[in-house]
Amino acid sequence: MNAQAHQGPAIELKGIGKSFGPVVANKDIDLVVGKGSVHGIIGENGAGKSTLMSILYGFYTADTGEILISGKKAHIPDSKAAIESGIGMVHQHFMLVDTFSVVENIMLGAEGGAMLDKGIDDARKELKRLAEEYDMHVDPDAIVGELPVGLQQRVEILKALYRGADILILDEPTGVLTPAEADHLFRILDVLRNEGKTVLLITHKLREIMHITDTVSVMRRGEMVATRKTAETSMSELAELMVGRSVLLEVEKQPAKPGAPLLKVENLNVKDERGVMRVKNASLEVRAGEILGIAGVSGNGQSELLKAISGIEKAQTGKVTIGTHVIDLTGECDAAAMRDYGMSHVPEDRHKMGLVNAFSEAENSILGYHREPKYSKGLLLDKEFIRKEAMERIEKYDIRPPSTELKAAKFSGGNQQKIVLAREIERDPDVLIIGQPTRGVDIGAIEYIHKRIIEMRDAGKAVLLVSVELDEIRSLSDRIMVMFDGEIMGERGPEASEQELGLLMAGVKNTEAA
Amino acid sequence: MKKTKAIICTAVLSTVMAGAALADSIKPGIVYDFGGRNDRSFNEAAYRGAEQFKARTGVKFRDFEIQNPSQREQALRNFARRGLNPIITVGFAQAGALEKVAKEFPDTQFTIIDTVVDLPNVRSVVFKEQDGSYLVGMLAEMASKTGKVGFVGGMDVPLIRKFACGYKQGVKAANPDAEVFMNMTGTTGAAWTDPVKGGELALSQFARGADVVYHAAGGTGIGVLQAAADQGKLGIGVDSNQNHLHPGHILTSMVKGVDAAVDKTMTDAMNGAWTPGVLVLGLEGDGVYWALDEFNKDLITPEMKAAVDQARADIISGKIKVHDYMTDNSCPL
Amino acid sequence: MTKQGQLPRWVDYGLLPALNLIAAFIVSGLVVVVIGEDPFEAVKWIVYGALGYGEGVGFTLFYATNFIFTGLAVAVAFHAGLFNIGGEGQAYVGGLGIALACLALDAYMPWYVTMIFAVLGGALFGAAWAFIPAWLQAKRGSHIVITTIMFNFIASSLMVYLLANLLIPQGSMQPSTRNFDVGGQLPLLRNMWPTLDLGQSPVNLAFFIALVACVVVWLLIWRTKLGFEIRSFGANPTAAQYAGISPVRIIVVTMLISGALAGLMGMNEVMGSQSKLLLDFTAGYGFVGIAVALMGRGHPIGIILASMLFGLLYQGGAELAFEIPTISREMIVVIQALVILFAGALEHMFRPAVESFFAKISQTKQAEGAA
Repeated sequence: MNAQAHQGPAIELKGIGKSFGPVVANKDIDLVVGKGSVHGIIGENGAGKSTLMSILYGFYTADTGEILISGKKAHIPDSKAAIESGIGMVHQHFMLVDTFSVVENIMLGAEGGAMLDKGIDDARKELKRLAEEYDMHVDPDAIVGELPVGLQQRVEILKALYRGADILILDEPTGVLTPAEADHLFRILDVLRNEGKTVLLITHKLREIMHITDTVSVMRRGEMVATRKTAETSMSELAELMVGRSVLLEVEKQPAKPGAPLLKVENLNVKDERGVMRVKNASLEVRAGEILGIAGVSGNGQSELLKAISGIEKAQTGKVTIGTHVIDLTGECDAAAMRDYGMSHVPEDRHKMGLVNAFSEAENSILGYHREPKYSKGLLLDKEFIRKEAMERIEKYDIRPPSTELKAAKFSGGNQQKIVLAREIERDPDVLIIGQPTRGVDIGAIEYIHKRIIEMRDAGKAVLLVSVELDEIRSLSDRIMVMFDGEIMGERGPEASEQELGLLMAGVKNTEAA
Repeated sequence: MKKTKAIICTAVLSTVMAGAALADSIKPGIVYDFGGRNDRSFNEAAYRGAEQFKARTGVKFRDFEIQNPSQREQALRNFARRGLNPIITVGFAQAGALEKVAKEFPDTQFTIIDTVVDLPNVRSVVFKEQDGSYLVGMLAEMASKTGKVGFVGGMDVPLIRKFACGYKQGVKAANPDAEVFMNMTGTTGAAWTDPVKGGELALSQFARGADVVYHAAGGTGIGVLQAAADQGKLGIGVDSNQNHLHPGHILTSMVKGVDAAVDKTMTDAMNGAWTPGVLVLGLEGDGVYWALDEFNKDLITPEMKAAVDQARADIISGKIKVHDYMTDNSCPL
Repeated sequence: MTKQGQLPRWVDYGLLPALNLIAAFIVSGLVVVVIGEDPFEAVKWIVYGALGYGEGVGFTLFYATNFIFTGLAVAVAFHAGLFNIGGEGQAYVGGLGIALACLALDAYMPWYVTMIFAVLGGALFGAAWAFIPAWLQAKRGSHIVITTIMFNFIASSLMVYLLANLLIPQGSMQPSTRNFDVGGQLPLLRNMWPTLDLGQSPVNLAFFIALVACVVVWLLIWRTKLGFEIRSFGANPTAAQYAGISPVRIIVVTMLISGALAGLMGMNEVMGSQSKLLLDFTAGYGFVGIAVALMGRGHPIGIILASMLFGLLYQGGAELAFEIPTISREMIVVIQALVILFAGALEHMFRPAVESFFAKISQTKQAEGAA
């Protein structure tokens, strides 16, 4: 119906501007998104994509400019107004109540009256209709927390559609998906497009842009630098537009020259708080000057492995050797001691673990090392020195915006990761363990981070790399181990094929036979 | 220096004011303690006394309810400074504040109720609660069919133990084999205003066989008396005459003449008859007494009345000595 | 998404609290009108009573001293993400520590020697009272809000027992200790500076101890390693653990500091004003400390200002009840509660409106700048 009423663009942004104090997040942005198309928006982290989408979804109000939805000028002061304008958003971190069923989640906030019964019936009917129309089947009575991530995401999309969304914004939707789940998502987007819905896809993965979008807009440093028809552009052109210079998509490295073992983990068993074994009898060894990559689908014990080795969580059995220090992992956890022995740790989740979002950049730059005497003057912390050192690192790692006083939360994902990386690498550790170094990080920063990891290796450090991105593992590691259900399935060289590793990741052990 | 001068000035001023007051009418003031004007108990009795005085003479009074300990001194001083006279402070907790302020205003007539402050311009009114409690203890035991009686106190402070101790002595005097159950409601100020808990305590005592229960628990006691009425047992009121609350279920009340004391102080001041010193109100002159009226006359047999009247006379004459808990912080029984 | 930080600081820390206060006074004024009194008269008496003459100012400062101690106590715990509701009980038991020091030393030592032991005693006892809830939280996960509340009751019972049975002087009616001699009394400011007109107010040296405590807390929280760890743990416990900060240690240490600060409140009440340990001398100051810490945004400067405000309300309120007898003690509590409600609980009520107002202004400015 709508499609016939208005044939013009679904969204038009004119001269949108937004500043946070001195930081300009969006500057004079124009954007036209055609109805019934999938429009990609790419850009480095901190380029202003999230701010722009937040303005569109009513989290922020733009300082300047106007928004037109289906040709009509729209005022979107909050997300309620956005929903009324037909905009739905699927967040990177799902906004679902884990303990509710699918149908309860769908109707949440749109219950329709004080009594639930009628609302539930209506929602169930509508859910069935939507599922058939868009080929998105989910058991309406399943408890959301028990569904796999891909299905949870589908619930998020259904939720938006249930509220009558014609325009869907997806923020980094494939970040949490397995390759197969991502493929399925793209098929859904395809159906949505055919049904006349408009999709805005925010991502940093060029391959996805090429795969699914019709048009793509590139943002850089708060500005919209280009819009291309996807068919008429290439990955390297887009990458160059994003970063503002030509980028290397492959990692360049020399063969490793492994030395003596610096990190040894033996017989590690970790139980989680529910008593489930998450790591089963894992042993590994990393030598000086090599990178050991741990591949695996997310949630197969990698997080627990990292936490146990770095002294954050207690293990059932196991010990770790750093250089000559042997540490029993079953005792009281002490991440500080691990650092003292020369281990640095870039954690998987910088928001939850690597950073204190409410702290300034400078304060975050000493987190975990704040006990070192150089940061103190008498009883007090030496603020001046801390700031000076933080500034040096900001320059060295090109952290933007270059402010030591800005709260960590105000930095983009890539820059946050650089803050963590700078802190852990500048410490000059013997052993570096890294979880998901480039999760939610843009291409420009990925290239930089990969380069620093290789540099660490070449400087004779032992690097333990855990990532769910198989490409990353394969291009960086000198040896690859695969984890499945808490077990180390086997070790391969970097030359192992994707299929071979894929089978190990799926829990099939005997790949030589295949 | 300035301070001294100020005090002298105020002192002169208050003397002038006091003089004027004597000649004409007086300006009385009351400072209540934490419970406040409407605590249905002690402070309220003082308020009632002042109201009686006002109704009779038409003389208005001012009063103040304190919120924290620092205001005790402040309120007394404010009243004195404004020339109010006499100033009545209700409750033993005011003693410390009064000691300071009374020295600053030597020409103001202060009266404190329930404790002794030994200063030339202070009248201290105290009651022999142990004697009154002794008499109602006798009555309780004589009315009891089970030989078991109860006591529910409010906040666990020496004053309430004084009530309890006198009561126990009375009970044992009537029947040395009697059993007395004692419960205090609590240890904070809230213990004065918790009728639900009071009721529960009374019920538990009934469950253990008691059939008469005496309360010295302010507002909490309302629940004690209610429980007694509900269970068909007997309650004993305190401070004011509470016999009318549940006619036929309240054996008697141990009345403490706080209202009379306040009224008397104001009247004395008006007539120029106010004197400093300690005024001990006991059975003699009905400073404390057990209440007998139309609501409980059927519960008191002539034998009971005779026995209690005899004991009363013996206490007044000194033949019976009732131990005062607060003289040595212990009870002989 | 947080929207904080979009407003100029003076709006965030000045205008918004002022608006909240005005709203609180308007609603209080309506209440006063309902009982048939003139609200302007009422405001006049509150302001006059609290600031209009020397003794009033003295009382305002005296109350503020209590609130600074309890406010700091709550704020320090806040920074570690701990909600210490037990300030009341910690202050109460801290008072015991102070009283014991005074009882032991007042006959032999000058006040300034006793003071040192009293500060130590108050801090130690207050901290000890916070230790058990802290330990239970750290080791057993028992929620600190529940345990500290329970410990308020336990403190209350314990103190009644001690005062009514052990500390009470022979033959005394009042459950309190004996009066301390001069060696156990902090000097009153009116005696220290006779030229200063403070009337007969009990404001005493503890006021300056409170200000010193503010400086110490500020240094501790924002300038020391321990403060860094406390704030890390409060803002992001997982990150703190990653950084090798032991949660057990931080919870226990922070609560000890918090309890010690609350315990020092007795310096003002016990050693400063009453010269004896009284039943219920805390009179709810520990709970007001929660509102003070909220209003003061956990910062010592804010806590001083909020304490002054509450001191003003306490003293002005007493004056008001004194001058207008129909406005009873309960009414004063209602007015104080309204201020807490608007300043604390409804803190965000005016925020959106003020935010959009300032957004518009900055837009116009930019447009003008562009033109």
